[in-house]
Amino acid sequence: MTIIPKVLVTKIGLDGHDRGSRIVTAALRDAGMEVIYTPPWQEIASVVKLVLEEDVDVIGISSLATDHLIVPKLIEALAAAGLAHKPVIVGGIVPDSDARELEAAGVARVFHPGSAMQDIVTYIRAAAERSRAAAYSE
Amino acid sequence: MNRSVEMPALDAAAAQQWQREYDAQIGKDRATVNRSGIPVKALYTPADWDGTRHLHDLGYPGQPPFTRGIYPTMHRGRTWTQRQLIGLGTPTDYNLRLTDLLSQGISAVSLIPCNSVFRGYDMDETHAELLGTCGTVINHAGHMDEALAGVDLARVSCAMNDPSPFTLFAFLLVTAKRRGVPWTQLTGTSNQSDYLSHFVANHMFYRLANAGARRVLVDQIAFAIEHVPRWNPMSVVGQHTQQAGATPAEAAAFTLSTAIQNAEDCIARGLDPDRFLPRFTFFFDISVSFFEEIAKFRAMRRLWGRIARERLGAGTPQAWRFKFHGQTSGADLTRQQPLNNVARVTIQAMAGIFGGLQSLHTDAYDEAVSCPTEAGARIAIATQNILKEESHLTDVIDPLGGSYYVEAMTDAMEAEIERVMARIDAVGGMYAAAESGLVQRMIGESALCFQRQVDQGEQTIVGVNKYAAEDNAASPAQPKPDPAAMAQHLTQFRRWKALRDGASVKRALAALAHAAESPRDNVMAEIVRAAEAGITHGEICACLRDVYGFGRPLVAV
Repeated sequence: MTIIPKVLVTKIGLDGHDRGSRIVTAALRDAGMEVIYTPPWQEIASVVKLVLEEDVDVIGISSLATDHLIVPKLIEALAAAGLAHKPVIVGGIVPDSDARELEAAGVARVFHPGSAMQDIVTYIRAAAERSRAAAYSE
Repeated sequence: MNRSVEMPALDAAAAQQWQREYDAQIGKDRATVNRSGIPVKALYTPADWDGTRHLHDLGYPGQPPFTRGIYPTMHRGRTWTQRQLIGLGTPTDYNLRLTDLLSQGISAVSLIPCNSVFRGYDMDETHAELLGTCGTVINHAGHMDEALAGVDLARVSCAMNDPSPFTLFAFLLVTAKRRGVPWTQLTGTSNQSDYLSHFVANHMFYRLANAGARRVLVDQIAFAIEHVPRWNPMSVVGQHTQQAGATPAEAAAFTLSTAIQNAEDCIARGLDPDRFLPRFTFFFDISVSFFEEIAKFRAMRRLWGRIARERLGAGTPQAWRFKFHGQTSGADLTRQQPLNNVARVTIQAMAGIFGGLQSLHTDAYDEAVSCPTEAGARIAIATQNILKEESHLTDVIDPLGGSYYVEAMTDAMEAEIERVMARIDAVGGMYAAAESGLVQRMIGESALCFQRQVDQGEQTIVGVNKYAAEDNAASPAQPKPDPAAMAQHLTQFRRWKALRDGASVKRALAALAHAAESPRDNVMAEIVRAAEAGITHGEICACLRDVYGFGRPLVAV
């Protein structure tokens, strides 16, 4: 079954650098995905609300300046809203030790600077398919 | 400005012979363009730049058209200010790091506040996890005093990364006053005064909606010219747009158009360009595209001299000088094989030096991995010291001047910058171009175009799309503020806030709001008074947000 993945690309926390999130959004759209893109500085509660209302398959968080440190809070908030099956992907400047902590906290994958766009697209497509299957099996 | 030059017959014959031999040996020549989209030829000759025009095109250092430099002595007289951006943790953490770096040879302070400060919040208004992770948590004048303990404010130049409404500048003025240092002796720069660059590109520093940011900026310039005459209240920033993806020529054009906009706003307020323009400075990204960056800076010097004189009507030569700070481009750095970044930073810094900069920040090699570590910052400073004192780079002024290639590329960059500026002028100037989204669209398109070149391997990035090795060097750990020290900082702040006299806090904020609503008042003067009365950064920002509206950039994809 081929699906059209629906992806949320957003930024939480304080930083506003959005070159990465804009470029990834363009690449996902070029690959035929539906992308919901938001300005930076989203509150965690509003991200959860967006995920619920828009029923996205994958949540992509872009972080350049340490905002990845509050991603575990987002994961908890998603779980509390019954959205634990929605994969959260982080892209940006994340030190290795922090990436391991994020993965332990439930982040599906961390993409670092220099990642090939094709790798990101392929990963997100597969993650979306798994996410959609998990949603149907509920 | 492509001028064809008559060539003597012998010269022409030699040129034709070279062209024949080149064509025969190269086979299919690759089309080469620089990042600004300007074609680059295999060879430059007198046909590309006519040396007899050197007086008109280049002149001498310190003289119009300033192509060779804004001062007669340039780096032979005084090299450049080593201004490293630092910011981490509590004011005490900052002071320790600063004292260490001052002992290693940096000659000026540059203060980076925490991202919460950049967004206009106090530390009790945000996620505790993020406090001090990217900059120092400074929320009131007392914090500034702690951060700059032991620093002689009359001697050391202090740059504040301080977007509108300039609370850090206000805290510095209060600190100086409390220490008995006259404001007339303070030197430094309001490094992030360019709200338009925040609106179109950086976003994070964008605190107040455009109309309010514009008003407060002009007030701040007027205030500084009057009371802090050696301070540079305006730093026009090309760095954000280039980091966000603009080409070097586009970033140069946006910056000059922004400088024109701000200068015209000051003139409209009745300020004299001969007084405020000498205190305008510029802040640029230096990419690894070596010759292009050198040409960019040489072209901008020439353009700004002409704009200041002819378009803005400045009569004093001080106003024509294009003073700029350069920062090596973080976007060029790679997480893969991070030590390679030392080589990139060296090339970038050399381009800035040959471009004639006045002040330089070299990035730490680990900035693509995390905020810089102490070891990374040390190498960055050593790189500057090697360039400055070991390598004989500064023996000769404008050493690439007269190179057929560099002069032809300087002309070509100048023409390209003017072409982009004409697009901005056509929609009514930079303020209108930013509000309409034109600038953001241009930046977005250029960023995508560059990314496609990288994805398709047309633009090599060593260790990323070529020469990628499996075993990347281990990445250094992110320096994180000590959570106990940060928790204590937060507790002390809350306690300090609670001890203030509520009535006088209310009065100071009411006076600030009143000034913000009264076009005749100077808002900056009131911000300084508020800082002196113990009003916090977050309170000042909130008060002005209420009057002017929250800064929401135009973000579209």
